[in-house]
Amino acid sequence: MNFLMDPYAVFFVRWLHVLSGIMWIGLLWYFNFVQIPSMPKIPAEQKPAISKVIAPAALFWFRWAALSTIIWGLIQAWQLGYVHDALALGFLDHSKRDMSIGFGMWLGLIMAFNVWFIIWPNQKKALGITPVSPEETAKAGRMAMLTSRFNTMLSVPMSYSMVAVHLN
Amino acid sequence: MKNPLEKLEGALTLGVILTVVMVLIIKYAFAG
Repeated sequence: MNFLMDPYAVFFVRWLHVLSGIMWIGLLWYFNFVQIPSMPKIPAEQKPAISKVIAPAALFWFRWAALSTIIWGLIQAWQLGYVHDALALGFLDHSKRDMSIGFGMWLGLIMAFNVWFIIWPNQKKALGITPVSPEETAKAGRMAMLTSRFNTMLSVPMSYSMVAVHLN
Repeated sequence: MKNPLEKLEGALTLGVILTVVMVLIIKYAFAG
């Protein structure tokens, strides 16, 4: 496992983490800034282009990018030796630096949990991938939308603490 | 009160507030 501690390996894992994170948060913001606000403006006969083609493809890359971001991020924290202290929010070693990155890690973990266990199951119902009643479709769509917006809210402090760690 | 997550602007405003709270917690953590 020594090769994983090589400075180039540490850099490479960070690059994979950032690359995955761009795809994840980029698609999250696409959903919230572009797709959701545009849906009411699209004529009914054209809506299936979004719900049957674009949204399922975007959701595929969205959820796997979320998982990839978390995995590379945890490997990075392990390589740098702070995975445990950061997840304890710096309380174990009284470190502001570990608290700062720890906030970001927990926010990221909560967001990834939401993606896989709330947004994706509800989107499957909302997009008709899992067949359900019309009432349940509407309810699932609303739940997915609100959770996606909740993640957009969390993406603000999450990204801040991810890049602000060098301040502490 | 209306759920602030009903609108994107509400979510972003809450996100900024959360960021400020987080920064203040980190700033004053482990003091004294």
